[in-house]
Amino acid sequence: MRSLILNTALRFIAPIMFLFSFFLLVRGHNNPGGGFIAGLVAAAAITLYTLSSGVSYGRRLLQIDARLLTGSGLLLALISGIPAITSGQSFMTGLWLEKTIIVIGKLGTPILFDAGVFMVVLGITSNIIFELMEHN
Amino acid sequence: MISTALNISLGMISLSMILIILRVLRGPSLADRVTALDILMTTGIGFIAIYSIYSNNDIFIDVAVILALIAFVGTIAFSYFINRENR
Repeated sequence: MRSLILNTALRFIAPIMFLFSFFLLVRGHNNPGGGFIAGLVAAAAITLYTLSSGVSYGRRLLQIDARLLTGSGLLLALISGIPAITSGQSFMTGLWLEKTIIVIGKLGTPILFDAGVFMVVLGITSNIIFELMEHN
Repeated sequence: MISTALNISLGMISLSMILIILRVLRGPSLADRVTALDILMTTGIGFIAIYSIYSNNDIFIDVAVILALIAFVGTIAFSYFINRENR
């Protein structure tokens, strides 16, 4: 579907969507947000690009294969539970670094878990969209 | 003063939502229904924004922003498939 209106609007909307998805991902511990909804917003941006420019463009935009993204996200979420075991606490206890970083705030294992969830949701959703559009 | 304005606008938005749902149910063509669903999302955004003032809770504004970013994806997908069906 070649649409001039959609392509022009996308140039402004998609960066905002990616930025907002990052904002949701980082903010997720104390306020509404988190990996799931951030992944959905990012996947919506990818979907819009796929609808306007075709599946091959969407795959190129995602850079890596959607299934690989899903798998590595699951692995990242699993890895985020391991530091707690090595320090003698139960699995997936949230551990935080003392130092704070500008924009991101405190770093810790929960943000690693959220990043994993983000990758899983983004990978699965864009995979569904690609498969549905290629199938027809 | 402001609570009166909020009550009036909430009532008007609810009324327009009912009218839009009637259009979704009746709409002669698919395009009418899709447009009506898009407008329903937009009134939903307005409803959330007013409710956020009503309850003094700014977290709801973020919900409205997410809904505004997501809402038109569905409409565009619908138009994509309508376009392809007609070909």
